Amino acid sequence: MGSQTTERREKSNTPAGGATGVLDAPPSALANQTSPQSPAIEEDRETLVKIFHLMLLVRRFEEKCAESYSLGKIGGFCHLYIGQEAVGVGAISALRPDDYVLTSYREHGQAIAKGISPEAVMAELYGKAGGCSKGKGGSMHLFDKRVNFLGGHAIVGGQIALATGVAFATKYQETDQVTLCFFGEAAVNQGAFHESLNMAQLWKLPCIYICENNRYGMGTSLARAMSFQNVAQKARAYELASEFVDGMDVLAMRQATRRAIKRAREDYLPTLIEARTYRYMGHSMSDPGNYRTRAEIEKYQERDPIRVFTATLKENGILTDKDIADIEAQVKLEVERAVRFAEESPEPDPSELYKDVYASP
Amino acid sequence: MAVMTMRDALNLALREELARDGSVFLMGEEVAEYQGAYKVTRGLLEAFGPKRVIDTPITELGFAGLGVGAAMVGLRPIIEFMTFNFSILATDQIINSAAKMLYMSGGQFKIPIVFRGPGGSAYQVSSQHSQALESWYAYFPGLKVVMPSTPADAKGLLKSAIRDDDPVIFIEQERMYGMKGEVPEDENFTIPLGVAEVKREGTDATIVARSVMVPVALKAAEALAKDGLSCEVIDPRTIRPLDINAIVESVRKTNRVVIAEESHPFAGVGAEISAEINERAFDYLDAPVKRVSGADVPMPYAKNLERLAIPDVEQVIAAVREVAYL
Repeated sequence: MGSQTTERREKSNTPAGGATGVLDAPPSALANQTSPQSPAIEEDRETLVKIFHLMLLVRRFEEKCAESYSLGKIGGFCHLYIGQEAVGVGAISALRPDDYVLTSYREHGQAIAKGISPEAVMAELYGKAGGCSKGKGGSMHLFDKRVNFLGGHAIVGGQIALATGVAFATKYQETDQVTLCFFGEAAVNQGAFHESLNMAQLWKLPCIYICENNRYGMGTSLARAMSFQNVAQKARAYELASEFVDGMDVLAMRQATRRAIKRAREDYLPTLIEARTYRYMGHSMSDPGNYRTRAEIEKYQERDPIRVFTATLKENGILTDKDIADIEAQVKLEVERAVRFAEESPEPDPSELYKDVYASP
Repeated sequence: MAVMTMRDALNLALREELARDGSVFLMGEEVAEYQGAYKVTRGLLEAFGPKRVIDTPITELGFAGLGVGAAMVGLRPIIEFMTFNFSILATDQIINSAAKMLYMSGGQFKIPIVFRGPGGSAYQVSSQHSQALESWYAYFPGLKVVMPSTPADAKGLLKSAIRDDDPVIFIEQERMYGMKGEVPEDENFTIPLGVAEVKREGTDATIVARSVMVPVALKAAEALAKDGLSCEVIDPRTIRPLDINAIVESVRKTNRVVIAEESHPFAGVGAEISAEINERAFDYLDAPVKRVSGADVPMPYAKNLERLAIPDVEQVIAAVREVAYL
């Protein structure tokens, strides 16, 4: 199963123009070479509506974060997910609640998709006691044991080795849980990525590595940072199954993840998924974005994941304009409620400073 | 009690804890089929099988991170570094993941993991394979650092480290693996972390020593006793948490203190102990705190130069005589 996928991807990932041709093309041009374009809808209406709702919630939540950051309510680094919603929401929607997720510092949307309440996420960003990490982690370190969200990790690539260990543990414990690990394409240049993929395939660990290729590691473009720019094909170096997915298409993301989950759950096999996506905002809130043009951003916004999915849902008669307006209104309330909760949540008690350093001091 | 080497005492601790708790596993380079580069893990693969005793590729950052991840979801990994020199590649996972996970997750994810292996000076292996790294790890809140100086301590402390719910850096001295001593065979024998032990009682000066410097300090104390100088040798055993009260108590009794360590002096553990003594027992001191440390140079290869770089009995004796104004 794994090797078949790899072979299929290898063929489809080698266009006549070479790797650079693939990467310079917008994701829409890649669709027919990779995941089937506009995959047939397999999901029931309830699932589709839930996915749409989550994508919209993540978008509006992040827009509110930008506003709150500008007002000084959120401190430190704040990395927004706008433009990439299809990747996190699509992939996580394919998981069971007891599956694990580990990710990077651009994780607000994934945390919400895994089941942390927007209230607990926003309160964490506000540095409040009601935050999901009690205000000690902040934007980059969201955790919730109850929903198996094992963190935002902020040293690029670090979470890849951790996720490999979580997958090792589930195999050791003989459960059929899978572990999903998100990271950006810049993390692919770190040793942790290569060391982890090698161990995962060597020991057959049920880990799904999702590279969110948003084309920039902070302000450095892929072309300036990676000698061989086809991330999915790097899996070949470790004989890992891999897929190349249009990360602007939430259903393609979900279905690719489901295939990887099957490999992981049934055969303890890892998979590398490269999701081509794009971040609309700066690397963090302090990024002026001088390294790319407005026109480039607008080009990708034409393939906006929420717009694409909205069209799909309308074309297939799943949602009407009124349904969409109702969901928008509901999401607005949820975000307002999150902000209100964060505003009203108390600051951590000063006694918290010395708590949680050791489990057994 | 049985007389055994430090190597076998550590092996016994590993064996007992692997047998006691199925969530404990041992992972590292050459720990299984090769029986351990220093034979500390001899026979464990045979006893516990390849699921529990796992050979890794040479990929320190990778398997250190894998261990931390496994610890997040309920396992109790023992990660062996063939030597602590190689842990330097894994420091991101040890420091940024293991040490900080509990805190930055608001108390949700404890990391019960042991990183162990030989450290400190070794025989003629030059700069990259012969160095003391405890001050690095002791610097970080969230980590515990243990350095045994006898086979019995090695067994009791390693068992406690494996049962501990926090990440523990357990540094075995490479030159001490063959050292013999009496070791309790009782499976329930443990030594709590964070408790110093007076290895020799005395009244005239305190020598604070850890790891391989403990036998050196004991020899110095023996020699000084012949000159009528009574030295107390105290071994903190755990660097973090440090049993500073026991050290201060000894200093208040003897009023003179020498700190013997084989690490570099700059920003070292000895510097920290010295600062603590000055803060807590300044009025009791009859002489400035004196340190005996490894030379502040990368370790040389040549035998004569290496000998000059590692503190010896004579240097400790000279330091004690200095604080005693003799």
